[in-house]
Amino acid sequence: MNPEQIISLLPYQNPFLFVDGINQISEDGIKGHYTFKPDEFFYEGHFKNNPITPGVILTECMAQIGLVCLGIYLIKDELNSENQPQIALTSNQVDFYLTVLPGEKVTVTSEKEVFRFNKLKCKVKMLNEKGELIARGLISGMMKA
Amino acid sequence: MTNNELIEKLKGIIAPYIQDEAAFENLNEDTDFVKDLKINSANLVDIILDIEDEFDIRLENEDMEKMLDVKSAMAIVNAKLDA
Repeated sequence: MNPEQIISLLPYQNPFLFVDGINQISEDGIKGHYTFKPDEFFYEGHFKNNPITPGVILTECMAQIGLVCLGIYLIKDELNSENQPQIALTSNQVDFYLTVLPGEKVTVTSEKEVFRFNKLKCKVKMLNEKGELIARGLISGMMKA
Repeated sequence: MTNNELIEKLKGIIAPYIQDEAAFENLNEDTDFVKDLKINSANLVDIILDIEDEFDIRLENEDMEKMLDVKSAMAIVNAKLDA
């Protein structure tokens, strides 16, 4: 399964799709990226006259790339036109270190910790273009076809 | 291991994941993980993985499907330990 196929199977669309591309993927992990467009809908309110990407959106981006894209790859053999990916976020614990401004490109890397009984748990990191750590944490979800 | 010892061990494993405190205090063999303790599906997997570590056993999908209450968890653990 190639990156374009994985992205096409994601259950999100604009304005809530936070995956532009996948650089690497294997059974053990994934690396992908997203560029926050200057006109994303949430910048109007977060914050007043001071647009900064909300932490919940950074977490969402980390989950979409690190958990959902990887999860789709892991269950690829069970997917077909009748069995689409079914997903649910079940927990996340994320620490934030740097802000992300409108127009910034972020890279998300995720390592699979465990995938058993449909539960996928990953160690996920987000870096900026300078390679500095923006956020890291543990994200888990249920994933099945 | 006696049944009481097994229940105590399971209680320790389940404790971090329960949502209904009252049901947990009254835990007995008939306590249902989802209906009574209100444990979510992801935490049910955590419990299975913790049971594997605690008893040094390996559980399969069919065990997971049967493990709905304390009684069935005890039966599955005992069967694996005897195997």
